Order: sequence, then C-alpha cells, then structure tokens
Amino acid sequence: MSTAFQKVYTKISQITKATCSLKAKGVGYDELATINGKLAQVVKIAGEDVTLQVFEGTGGISTNAEVTFLGKSPSLKVSDQLAGRFFNAYGNPIDGGPEIEGKEVEIGGPSVNPVRRRQPSELIATGIAGIDLNNTLVSGQKIPFFADPDQPFNEVMAMVALRAKADKIILGGMGMTNDDYYFFKNTFSNAGALDRIIAFMNTTEDPAVERLLIPDMALTAAEYFAVEKHEQVLVLLTDMTSYAESLSIVSNRMDQIPSKDSMPGSLYSDLAKIYEKAVQFPESVGGGSITIIAVTTLNGGDITHAVPDNTGYITEGQLFLRRDSDIGKVIVDPFRSLSRLKQLVSGKKTRKDHSQVMNAAIRLYSDAANAKTKLENGFDLTDYDNRCLEFAKEYANKLLAIDVNLDTTEMLDVTWGLFVKYFKIEEVNIKKEFTDIYWK
Amino acid sequence: MTKGEVSGVIANMVTISVDGPVSQGEICYIETGGDRLMSEVIKVVGTDAYVQVFESTRGLKVGAPVEFTGHMLEIQLGPGMLSKNYDGLQNDLDKMEGVFLKRGQYTDPLDNDREWDFTPIAKVGDEVEASAWLAEVIENSQKLKIMVPFQMEGKAKVKSIKPAGKYKCRDIVAVLEKEDGTEVNVDMVQHWPVKFAMTNYKEKPRPFKLLETGVRTIDTFNPIVEGGTGFIPGPFGTGKTVLQHAISKQAEADIVIIAACGERANEVVEIFTEFPELVDPHTGRKLMERTIIIANTSNMPVAAREASVYTAMTMAEYYRSMGLRVLLMADSTSRWAQALREMSNRMEELPGPDAFPMDLGALISNFYGRAGYVYLNNGAVGSITFIGTVSPAGGNLKEPVTENTKKVARCFYGLEQDRADKKRYPAVNPIDSYSKYLEYPEFADYIAKKINDKWIPKVLDLKTRMQRGKEIAEQINILGDDGVPVDYHVVFWKSEVIDFVILQQDAFDDVDAVTSLERQEEILNLVTTICNKDFKFNDFLEVVDFFKKLINLCKQMNYCVFKSDEYNGFVKQINEMINSK
Repeated sequence: MSTAFQKVYTKISQITKATCSLKAKGVGYDELATINGKLAQVVKIAGEDVTLQVFEGTGGISTNAEVTFLGKSPSLKVSDQLAGRFFNAYGNPIDGGPEIEGKEVEIGGPSVNPVRRRQPSELIATGIAGIDLNNTLVSGQKIPFFADPDQPFNEVMAMVALRAKADKIILGGMGMTNDDYYFFKNTFSNAGALDRIIAFMNTTEDPAVERLLIPDMALTAAEYFAVEKHEQVLVLLTDMTSYAESLSIVSNRMDQIPSKDSMPGSLYSDLAKIYEKAVQFPESVGGGSITIIAVTTLNGGDITHAVPDNTGYITEGQLFLRRDSDIGKVIVDPFRSLSRLKQLVSGKKTRKDHSQVMNAAIRLYSDAANAKTKLENGFDLTDYDNRCLEFAKEYANKLLAIDVNLDTTEMLDVTWGLFVKYFKIEEVNIKKEFTDIYWK
Repeated sequence: MTKGEVSGVIANMVTISVDGPVSQGEICYIETGGDRLMSEVIKVVGTDAYVQVFESTRGLKVGAPVEFTGHMLEIQLGPGMLSKNYDGLQNDLDKMEGVFLKRGQYTDPLDNDREWDFTPIAKVGDEVEASAWLAEVIENSQKLKIMVPFQMEGKAKVKSIKPAGKYKCRDIVAVLEKEDGTEVNVDMVQHWPVKFAMTNYKEKPRPFKLLETGVRTIDTFNPIVEGGTGFIPGPFGTGKTVLQHAISKQAEADIVIIAACGERANEVVEIFTEFPELVDPHTGRKLMERTIIIANTSNMPVAAREASVYTAMTMAEYYRSMGLRVLLMADSTSRWAQALREMSNRMEELPGPDAFPMDLGALISNFYGRAGYVYLNNGAVGSITFIGTVSPAGGNLKEPVTENTKKVARCFYGLEQDRADKKRYPAVNPIDSYSKYLEYPEFADYIAKKINDKWIPKVLDLKTRMQRGKEIAEQINILGDDGVPVDYHVVFWKSEVIDFVILQQDAFDDVDAVTSLERQEEILNLVTTICNKDFKFNDFLEVVDFFKKLINLCKQMNYCVFKSDEYNGFVKQINEMINSK
C-alpha cells in the first residue's frame, strides 16, 4: 500500500450532493479517500478525472478541501476481539471500547467457489411452528422477512436468533431507529448472549449512504468466524429496503438510468452479492456456516416492488407475517411464506410424515379461506366448510401464531390431532403409510 | 498483437486506449497487481476500446497495461467435459485453488493427461470436410466423435489416422491434406467462438419426436419434442427450479447441460450433490455422467453471466454435431438480460422498454434459434432441446424478456402464484400454458405410431374440460353451491380429477416424481373414462363427497409402484367406484 508518500490534492472541480470530482493520478478503482476527514470512495475514473462518492454527503466541502487517497478499499480488522462489540458502518467501535486489533481484510471480498460449498442439511429449530413446521430453516440458508413496517419483525428475528444455536450472531442495522437498536441490545443482553453478538449499526440518525457498507462489514466479520474459526454464524440484516434506497440515491446522483421503481438496473446483482455470502462449508474446510436472516420492509404489502421482487428471486424463500383477525395474533402466513431448503431437512432430519402433514394442513387451511370468502359473499356453508373454518382457527392458534414454542415432533402430533378432530381420513389426502400410524 | 493501457474505469466497464487494430468482441487481458483480468471489447470509438471485464475491477488504475489476443471469446471442446462444473468462461471450478474464487485465476477446461480409448472411423484417403467424423472415443459410456476442425475450409483427404489405442486429447490423431497440398494436424480438441452459431448440419427440419420428461403436465398435456424450445416463466416461489431440475433429471437425453445463469449457488450445489447419486431412468447410469454444469451464480461477475449461456449453447452444438440428443436448460434467461441491461446502462445507450437494450428481442430470438433438430451432413440426426426459465419482475408477464421469449419459444409453461399458494405443484397453469407441437402434423404422426392415434384427441378433450371446469368454478363462486345445477358440480369436479391425478405430481416422492409414458397412458385412459362417465347424483354434497374419495384413491395409486399389487388394488377400487354411480 502506497501510504508513505500520501499526496494531498486541494483542487476539487465538481461537487454534487453525494460526489466530488477532481484531477488525480495513480488512483485505483474502489479506493478510499478522505476529504477534509470525511470518508469517500472512488466510483469513476476517466483519465485523470476521478469521481468520489462521499458517504456522509458533501455538505460543507469546499473546492479547496484536502483530499487524500488511502490506497485501499473499505476494510475491517478481524479477530476474536470483534465478539460482543458494537461498530458503526466504517467498523469503528461505538460502544466506548478499545479499537480492534487484527488482520485487515477488504470488505466485499470474492465469492465462494460453488464446488467448495456443501449442500445445507442442518435444521435450525426456532420453536415457531409457522417456521419449523411449514417453512423449516436450514443452516447456510438466506431468507428475509417480508413485512410491513408496523409488524413485529425485529422481535421475531431476535427470538429466532436467540433460539437458533448459533456460535455468533452478527447484526447489521441499516436505517434502524434508535429505539430498535436499543431493543436488540437489551434483548441480547437480557438473554446473556451479548458475548456472541457483533453489531454494525447505521441508525436513522446516520447518513444514508453509509448504510451501503453495513452488509459487507457484517459479512466480512461472518466470513472470519465461519472460515477461520469454523463457527456457525447467523447474520441478521435489517432493513434491506433501506439499503436499496441508498443504492438508488447513489445511482441517481451518478446520472444512471433507473429501471423499475427508480431502482438501479444492477439491483439484482447488488443484492445477490450480499445474500450469496450465505454458505455451508464442507467438513474438509472446517464445516462453518453463514446463515442470513434479513428484513425487507414492504409498502402496504406490495411484493411486486423491485426490492422485494428481486430479493425473492435471490433468497431461498421468504417469511410473511400477518395479523390473523380470527385469533387476534400475529401469525407466519402459510400461503405466502416459503423456505426453499425445507425439503433438505423435512422428513430427513424430522419425522417422515413431516412434508405430507404440512401440505395437507396448508391445503385444508386454504379450503378454510375459500369457505370464508363464501361466507362473506353470503352463501350457505357446507358441513365441510364449517369444519375447515373451525380447524383453521385452532391451527392458527396452536401452530401458526408466533408465540408458539414447540419441537417439531410435537408440532406434527398437534396437527394430526386437529386432522382427526375435524376431518375424515379421505379428506386429508395423506399417504396410507402415514395414516396407518398416526390416524388415531 | 495490439496493446493498450487503461484510461478509465466505471465498475466493470473499462476504457482502453489502444495502439493498433481491435475488433468487436475481441478478448484482452488487463494486468493489475499481478492479476490478469479477462475482458471483452463491446464498443470502439477512435483509439478507445470499451471493454467489459469478467472480473472485479477493484484497485484497477489508469495506465494499467492491456494485451489483446486477436480472437473472440471462444471455448475448447473435446472429450473430458462430461460431469464437469465450469464457470461461465469454461474454467474448471474443481481445478481452482482455495475456498474463494481468486480474481484472474483461469483453469484448463480439459484434462490434458487423461487418456481416451480411440477408435478410428475414417480411413486414409477418405474425403472429408469440416465437422466430419474421423474417430470415436468413449467418455462415461457415451460415444463421442472426433471431428475435422470446424473452421477448416473446403475439402481435404485423410492422409493418416492413428490406429485404435489410447491417446491424450492434445495428441495429433490424424493428418489431413487439403486440395492445395497444405496439411492440417487434427487433435481431439475444437475451438469455437461462443457468440457464433454452429451451422455444420445439412438441414434443420421441424422437430417431431416426443422428448419424455416423466413430468405429466409436460408429456401428457403440453409435450416438448427433441430439438424443441420451451420456456418457464414464473414469479419467485412457484417452483421454477424444482420443475427444471425434474426435467433435467428425467428427460430422455444423451447429454444434459445446465446453465445456472445468475441464480443461487445452492441450487448448483444441489445438482452436484444429488446427480452423482441419482440414476438416469433411461440408461441406469449415474445422472452426473451425462451432465455438464455451467455455473455463473448470481454473485459471480456480471459480464461472465452473459458469456455463460453462450458457452453452454456452444457445448450443446458440439455434442449435437456428433449426432447426440442434448438437453440444454438455462436458469434464468432474465438474469442474462439484466446483465445486458447493466452494461448497456454503463455505456449510456438509449434504453428500450424497462431500460433493457433495444436489441434484446433479437438477441433472445437468435439464441433460441440455435436449438433444433438437425440432419447432419453424414445423414445422422442430432438435437438440442432448449428450455429457459424467465423470472418476470413482479410476476408480471407483460415485460420485455417474457414477451420476447414468447415470440420464439414453442412451449410455454406458465407458473402461477395462485396454484403455488394452494400447493398444486407443479404450478404450471393448465389453461394458459401451451405446446405448439401438439398442432404439428409431424408430431401427431409420430405419436400415432409411438402410442396410438387416440392420444392427442384425448388430451385435447381434457384441456377443454379444464377450461370448462374453470368457468364453472367462477360461476359457483358468484352464484353459490346451490345456485347452479348439480351437473355443473360434476363438470367442475371432473376437471379437479384431471388436475389432481394428471397435472399435480409430487417431485419429492420417489415413485410419483417420474411417470413413464406407459403409465401416463394408463392414467390418461383412466381419467378419460372418469370424465366420459355419466354419473348420477342427487345433490352437490354427494358430488363433492364422491369425487374427493375418488381423487384420494387415484392419488394413492400414483404413489404406488406401477403394476405392483398395491397399485392394482387401487385401480380395482377406483374402477369399482366409477361403476358404483
């Protein structure tokens, strides 16, 4: 790194809201610079003209501000000292503790060679039936909550994080309110899990563009623990919609042509680069893993917006929360939620009847939804319709609600109990092999 | 060769000032910090060449030296490619060192030291032209051909050819003498620029041979043919990948090439974890033996994503030239289109619809056009069946990639959110989806010979019944169960029988996942019998009750091994039930 002769530039030729341009030589793409102490990054080089993106905005920067290039891309010092600490988007401590000593690693590093991955196969038990029974999570998976801003996604995420047996929990907060930041801090602290937590925080009080560094910071720390320490790492990213908004701010300032919903055309690749860091390593390289649980907030439940839409194509499923008016509780929506990796564990790491029971219950729950529509349209209900409605209520209450805490076998037994209580054997459409055992 | 130096960088688009001639699409290497970054020329203005870099450009500086290669992006084709995992530029991923993909690391796609069992086909003195078969080698029980170099112009005579024996892929195995007296040394390796279609065949007739996939909603309802094209659009979570994997596992093809284009790495991992264990239902050999994976997952460099689909297609054409049946799957062509969009955006081109480049439609149709059933010059036949998935933004099919693909692909398997929500898998919409091949007289003739001439009329009848069933379901929704005649319920429930027994299939059940053509015929006949039977019911509750029981029995039958005692038992019960009303 050429830091010995740091040349100072003092002639900025152009300033926009987010970028500064100047003439400079020997500058590398992606390199960091400081402008009057403010951190910036090279986003465009055209001959001697260099454009810098200033993370905290260009307010107050004058045309004669001092620009110094640092000769490196954004990086994080990694070591075991990260555990239990809180950082800002640049990886500097915000908890009053000492600086971290360790190996300096550039963030946003290369991707894992696909042939060096292992197929995920370890179940992550959360106790929540809406997840474990219907949308089982697997270590090495990447999955977001699709939720409206008023839904308790942070609470559910914290609960999942604490119940999952992860060695490290890394929290990346983007545009998080100060209140939520303290919620996480207190929840983890009360659970006695603070030594397993590492947090990178960009709150609503911090500049928006700084958020762009958060996922890469969190994942660089995650890769250290998963690759070097062979640990099971859980990364929580909330909220990825704020991240995407920052992307659109930058691309807009760079005069790029926006694609759908004013998002940059590269949104898919930008998001994929983050989510694809989720990985299960084989035993030959230590067997560590990175699991990503994220939050994508929606506008009025609209999943066709570019952010949730692109996310859905990248992640291995998505979890929807919904308030069920029949039981007055928040449930994990069984229709729209999906875990793509569930078939790697359901019936393999869980009881054999798992997937058939799950599908049958959801089908009956969907029949209940149809019956409800019929009822609302003023039609008479059949006996079957009524039984479906009763079943749906109990199913939601005993299984889908987020306050449930059962192990998977108990969930299956409860579901069989409901089948027997409300239905005839031919109405559930389950393989004979299982009804022979469990239809009691 | 032309040299140059870097004069500008924006993400993976780099400007290079050059000192000599450069051609559009030419490959060059940029040197930075000891790494050589492979790049492709996409625009030339004066002495400035604009290139897209297939790697991360982090740390790249103005003035970095660049070397041009004089050729376009090309791949090497030879024995040793089967069961390999390549990246989009044909680097052998297994040969790469380390857990992470290192920038500027390129590995040999073929195994230079591996020996092949070689048997000559041509004799000394034979007159040959480009792509003619000279010899055969065996790889994973597949007979591969060693061919006259594809680029050779004119005719030549075989001057010498090695006798049967073991040779390595870069050994000279034959010498040809052209009419002008020049000699051409032939080894087992061909080179081909991926963006150009191989047209080394005599004729490309309309395809007509059914390609069995074991998936009932395809084979029975909307069949695809050897050398045909199809596409699977669908919102996320509707089962695109599961369906595509099912097809690639079960299809009756000699070679299966899977291009994972900008998709999840775990999906590729699933293939190379499962395929070495799974058995090809048609040959009894391990699936991986016939499979090649081209993995450019979504976190790999974007520019190489575009290259990956072309790399896959070029490999498919190579095997087709040997008279093999190739199935090519690309998941997903939307990611490829997005890669084009990102680059077009950086070049500040005027955007077309949804900011995609204006020539998107032309690129898609040219690509699909490379598939097909062909008669080779020596009379043999070969085929590339191409199935692409499309990931329409927001699940809305009115978007440029879907619309442009619809114009060229002959089969449309539209996945539907509503079906997926109801767990009616595969979620292929039975009414909107189509196979144009059902209308081909060539196909009808073939089916009449292979199965019987009643097959297609029966299928068309069931399709009409599905449509009618849907209309009635809507009426029942509006008028209520009692608001329509009992007969309406019967018609609706008959369409449910078609849906539950033929269309829905459990891809995760060992038995139900694959249905042989023979079994599909039995199911089709059974369902047709049910549909044609004039049942008598007193009220709609009786209808619902009867059909639910019937469907349950049929589903149990679908889970049983074909013609087993259990299976026959269910068939008997079903027939008794049909005759009871």
